[in-house]
Amino acid sequence: MILTKAQYDEIAQCLVSVPPTRQSLRKLKQRFPSQSQATLLSIFSQEYQKHIKRTHAKHHTPEAIESYYQRYLNGVGKNGAAPVLLELANEVDYAPSLMARIILERFLQEHGQTPPSKSVINSMLRDPSQIPDGVLANQVYQCIVNDCCYGPLVDCIKHAIGYEHEVLLRGLLLEKNLSFLDEDQLRAKGYDKTPDFILQVPVAVEGHIIHWIESKASFGDECSHHAYLHGQFWSYWNRFGPGLVIYWYGFIQELDCHRERGILLKACFPTDIVTLCHSTA
Amino acid sequence: MAAVLESLLRGEVSVAAAVRWVARSTRSSEDSSAEAAALNSLRPLRKEFVPFLLNFLREQSSRVLPQGPPTPAKTPGASAALPARPGAPVRGGRGARSQLFPTAEPLSTAVEGALARRGGRRRGPGPSRERGGRGLGGPEEGASGESLPWAGARRPRGSGSPGSPRLCDPPNLSNLEEFPPVGTVPPGPASRTKPSRRINPTPVSEERSLSKPKTCFTSPPISCVPSYQPSTLDTSPWGLGLPQGCRSLQEEREMLRKERSKQLQQAPTPACPVPESGSSIPSRTGSLTAEPADPARVSFRQRLELVALIYSSCIAENLVPNLFLELYFVIQLLTVRRMVATKDSDFESSQGALDSLETPLFQSIHDCVFFAVQVLEHQFQVLSYLDKGTLKLLAENERLLCFSPALQGRLRVAFEGSVAKVSLMIPPSAQAVSFQPETDNRANFSSDRAFHTFKKQRDVFYEVLREWEDHHEEPSWDFEKGLGNRIRAMMSQLSAACSHSHFVRLFQKQLLQMCQSPGGAGGMVLGEAPDVLNMLGADKLGRLRQLQERLVAPQSSGGPCPPPTFPGCQGFFRDFILSASSFQFNQHLMDSLSLKIRELNSLALPQHEPGDEDGESDVDWQGERRQFAVVLLSLRLLAKFLGFVAFLPYRGPEPPPTRELQDSILALRSQVPPVLDVRTLLQQGLWARRAVLTVPWLVEFLSFADHIVPLLDYYRSVFALLLHLYRSLILSQENEGEMCFLNKLLLLAVLGWLFQIPTVPEDLFFLEEGPVDAFEVDIPASERGLDSVPVVDQQLLYTCCPYIGELRKLLASWVSGSSGRSGGFVRKITPTTTTSLGAQPPKTSQGLQAQLAQAFFHNQPPSLRRTVEFVAERIGSNCVKHVKATLVADLVRQAEVLLQEQLVTRGQEVGDPAQLLEVLCSQLCPHGSQALTQGREFCQRKSPTAVEALLPEETPAAVLSSAENIAVGLATEKACSWLSANITALIRREVKAAMSRMLRSQGPEPAARVERRGCSRACEHHAPLPSHLISEIKDVLSLAVGPRDPEEGVSPEHLEQLLSQLGQSLQCRQFLCPTAEQHLAKCSVELASLLVADQIPILGPPTQHRLERGQARRLLHMLLSLWKEDFQGPVPLQVLLSPRNVGLLADTRPREWDLMLFLLRELVEKDLMGRLEIEACFGSLREAQWPGDFSEELATLFRLFLAEPHLPEPQLRACELVRPNRGTVLAQS
Repeated sequence: MILTKAQYDEIAQCLVSVPPTRQSLRKLKQRFPSQSQATLLSIFSQEYQKHIKRTHAKHHTPEAIESYYQRYLNGVGKNGAAPVLLELANEVDYAPSLMARIILERFLQEHGQTPPSKSVINSMLRDPSQIPDGVLANQVYQCIVNDCCYGPLVDCIKHAIGYEHEVLLRGLLLEKNLSFLDEDQLRAKGYDKTPDFILQVPVAVEGHIIHWIESKASFGDECSHHAYLHGQFWSYWNRFGPGLVIYWYGFIQELDCHRERGILLKACFPTDIVTLCHSTA
Repeated sequence: MAAVLESLLRGEVSVAAAVRWVARSTRSSEDSSAEAAALNSLRPLRKEFVPFLLNFLREQSSRVLPQGPPTPAKTPGASAALPARPGAPVRGGRGARSQLFPTAEPLSTAVEGALARRGGRRRGPGPSRERGGRGLGGPEEGASGESLPWAGARRPRGSGSPGSPRLCDPPNLSNLEEFPPVGTVPPGPASRTKPSRRINPTPVSEERSLSKPKTCFTSPPISCVPSYQPSTLDTSPWGLGLPQGCRSLQEEREMLRKERSKQLQQAPTPACPVPESGSSIPSRTGSLTAEPADPARVSFRQRLELVALIYSSCIAENLVPNLFLELYFVIQLLTVRRMVATKDSDFESSQGALDSLETPLFQSIHDCVFFAVQVLEHQFQVLSYLDKGTLKLLAENERLLCFSPALQGRLRVAFEGSVAKVSLMIPPSAQAVSFQPETDNRANFSSDRAFHTFKKQRDVFYEVLREWEDHHEEPSWDFEKGLGNRIRAMMSQLSAACSHSHFVRLFQKQLLQMCQSPGGAGGMVLGEAPDVLNMLGADKLGRLRQLQERLVAPQSSGGPCPPPTFPGCQGFFRDFILSASSFQFNQHLMDSLSLKIRELNSLALPQHEPGDEDGESDVDWQGERRQFAVVLLSLRLLAKFLGFVAFLPYRGPEPPPTRELQDSILALRSQVPPVLDVRTLLQQGLWARRAVLTVPWLVEFLSFADHIVPLLDYYRSVFALLLHLYRSLILSQENEGEMCFLNKLLLLAVLGWLFQIPTVPEDLFFLEEGPVDAFEVDIPASERGLDSVPVVDQQLLYTCCPYIGELRKLLASWVSGSSGRSGGFVRKITPTTTTSLGAQPPKTSQGLQAQLAQAFFHNQPPSLRRTVEFVAERIGSNCVKHVKATLVADLVRQAEVLLQEQLVTRGQEVGDPAQLLEVLCSQLCPHGSQALTQGREFCQRKSPTAVEALLPEETPAAVLSSAENIAVGLATEKACSWLSANITALIRREVKAAMSRMLRSQGPEPAARVERRGCSRACEHHAPLPSHLISEIKDVLSLAVGPRDPEEGVSPEHLEQLLSQLGQSLQCRQFLCPTAEQHLAKCSVELASLLVADQIPILGPPTQHRLERGQARRLLHMLLSLWKEDFQGPVPLQVLLSPRNVGLLADTRPREWDLMLFLLRELVEKDLMGRLEIEACFGSLREAQWPGDFSEELATLFRLFLAEPHLPEPQLRACELVRPNRGTVLAQS
């Protein structure tokens, strides 16, 4: 699960301009049978997100929105049951869920007096039966269930995966008899930055001191790792000292370069844990 | 002045008398009348004697120490005029000097480089200075050589007649010759004038003299003294007339000048001067075989002995400004490699004139070594306290053995008995200051914004620190360029004063954490428990790297008198302050540093009871000594930064150019109160006999003073006190109750160093002691204080004064034949042990009980008191925490219940939160009074056991019980005083926080608040993960919704399996989070709708792509059961009847309604939806737009459902009623 940069690049290379559908995912699994599905999906998702971040702006110009909306109207005018919105998204190389959002927003703008609030739109995306137009509701729903990188369902899956791994980690810590404070306890105490777990008594992993453990149920690629370093890991270091990050779906080997400084990467729960021995003398 | 020395040499005056004369000025009864007469006539010159002597020795040694004495005497100029003599060293260009040393100079690179950087501590390759080495205006920071805005303090010293041939340029920092980069050898400039090596009493022009800062200790200038240094003007009793001595001095000078010009003409000036220590310097070991020294060939034994004696006496009486500088000089003489071929005829002629100063003192290597050994013999006591390594090198020095086997023997004995191993510490990589909720959480900030801003700032600060760590050793990297803007951007966000104080606390803690010891090393975290695992978990690579750096990097101590520097990590903090250039920050920093200094300075440090235990082996004592070291080093660090920041605005490269300007600046500055009342602290320190703690940090503070500071009355008196102290620290006097030897040595070392700082007026030291008396403090002789406790050991001495280690380097370079720079000896590197500072005793002193308690401790070992105070402090603090966790937490829970009631009764509209808070608090706060009872109970319960556990087993029962009682009392007092003052506010704060938590969670996700059932105890949590299920169901949904490939589909078995897995996950719940459950519920509803609409593509033979009725109904049953039994959050069942989901049926041909009806009935049956609820849904369905036939079918379905009496068994047949006339096919199961 720990990939070299070269291995990672090879996978990433295959993901250029691939739509985020289950079919693409299936092909990817066939292409790299030795990699775990979860790792592949995580890499796919992250690469796709990078792609979307790069191209996001061009889909949000008024001209683009207008043209998408007209194409949508034309499409459903001809056949409301056809996957108009999904195909439009694939055609212009944009995430279906995000395309659904653009069209829904535009639709509500046209049919309501005031521009729709974000929460209204989010709520409709979560539950398309709230969308006043039946055809649009179906189109939106189709986009959402067919998008494997964006949308409320994907968000929920990611959230659930994160949560599950935290639970898993908690169980492992309990099993190892390591006492800790979790995020909720830390927040209640007023900590401004909270890793998943702070060890009440530090341990050593592979010779490195660990004060805290952060669980990441994703693959650690360069982009996300740097963002995490900046937004989380260094902040934890700044407050609690050195710690451990577990990328459950693996990471790029070369990123594990801050060990000496106090950020250790692992792809699983460490086995080599040294605890402070209380002398009985 | 020469006359004094000459009369000494002639034996007219005894050395003892002369020293008494110099030291005390008053005539002693011991002096013979002849001596008195001889000296009396020279009285006006009394205070000039020592400078003269030092300069004389430097002058004499100039031929052996070719770079000019690297050990300058910082002496006022009106001193060393030598009688002219033919053999006087050539004072020409550097080339001329080099000529005296055909081979490259023995001592050059290391010492030279270091000293050149040191700037002015010797007459180095820089612009010449007339006054013995204070000249070169070098940068203050050592190794980096960079020029800093504040670092211009090295003003060109030296005065002199305008006509004197002197270079007095301001330092040119970019001149690589003058300020060679570390590790390079300065190339010899072809045409540089050789700096005068002697302290030149050139008359000073009036204007210059007025502008000179040397006048600092003077009262009104006396303008009519033409040939004197201003330093001596006011205090000298002969100020208005030119006394005899002065005249002779002038004569001497005149003769000397003549002689010098003659010499210059005669000297065969090389056409192309040999580079002084140029790039072509031969390898040291190769070319520099030392000339052997032979005791039998010493020229004027008696004379050398005499000079050595008087010199040693001056050292012993602390009449020299810097003890270690003199030792350095002497060891230089001892390790001289070669002497210029000088046995010229000029000397021969004056062979007989032993009593004259005209004969060179050192005519050969033998003379030098003899003299050095003589002095070392006198200084044996000091030597014996040096570290083991130095002792070893001294004892192994073959010259020393040869010249004085006795001294060598003593040194060997001293070496063998010495335990003073000085080890270097390895700096740990930076550790961050830990986040402490008590001081750092939201409650400590004025607003959310301030809190979050500070959160970001903390991260930026460490980001900057890490970047500095990574890059600061790269030559091309520049702090300001690299980090300046980021630092300023960060500082500009610190708008609120409270944020400033937070940041300053972080900054100061980090400073202490990283730089407690001089190399930026340390690892001792003040006031925080040492992280033992940091020691265990050696990150080997990092250590290896650090070790490597240490071995490769040049020594940075920069000679025997290095300027104040910011070594290692300290550089970061200095540069940060400079780059931040924020006056708010500086002010807060000064406040905070001052406070911490006061706190540490007044810390009750242990007072060792001599004799009650066996000294060194006493465990307590080791700890106490360590604690002292930690406190002292912390104080020095803090004081250094305080001095740096406090004097930063006033620092400039030059002293004020004119007297008028200086006066006006003085008038201004004297209005400014000192940033920290150091004078009072010093006086208190002296009075309480804690000078050993106070003086070292005060010296650090003062070392950053600007030029004006020593002229201010306030600081002048501080300097006077320090000088007075310095003089009084006679090492040879060791009386009962006196200061311990190493304590004295530390003070002498740091004060000596301070007196060499360029901004400290050079004449300060040789000042008449007049003004001192005014500030003299009466030290109660009987009082025992820290000073008489042997708190200083060699490790601490060398840590505080790394420059003492230069002695060892000098000796080592003699052994290795290589320069001292690379520190040619292997240093033992041992990791530091961590120590932590004991808790500060609480200050409680009221009433008779307190007095009794004090009395109780008086006759007990100090550890008892510390233990009791420690226990009381901790238990008191724990008590508060305990009350918080129990009583307050209970009250918060009550508040939550009350609030819940409010929410239930009033619904979402709870009204004004502030009002609500008032209501809650008014009900709950009265319960706070229980806190005191609980607190008392807690302290009573906990303290005795803790005291008992911590005191020795053998403690007498009565003592133990008293100690316990006192601990209980102190802890209770601490806890209760806090509780009674704060409990109400605390309850209020906690209730408020709980309330806002509840109101927040009120919002979007009510599901999250529902009390959840966990899984059964037997559960092994093997259920499939919710994320996996969502993902699987999503796949089914996407297949159903399409588009899909023709071969795609799901098997009924798979669907069934999925639903049963869903059941397992919902039952286990171990990995289930509320959001996941919500989405699972939504997905299950969608799945149901698709089942009802028969839209799920089934794998199998191409003809049979639809789910069998029975299978569909079984699946729906499973779903219904999940909704009923397993989902704990709400399931959006109404979505089943939303237009979109019902509309799915519209697309199916033929339409089949039986599953729909089945589902509706089951929903009602299982009490998942009420009939009314379903009817309401029908209502909205009717309003939707449908194809005509679909509307009719829908209406029929409604009628059927509504008309039906609620029967237990579904009446599917009813649907058939619709079928025939609608022409739809109703498939029967």
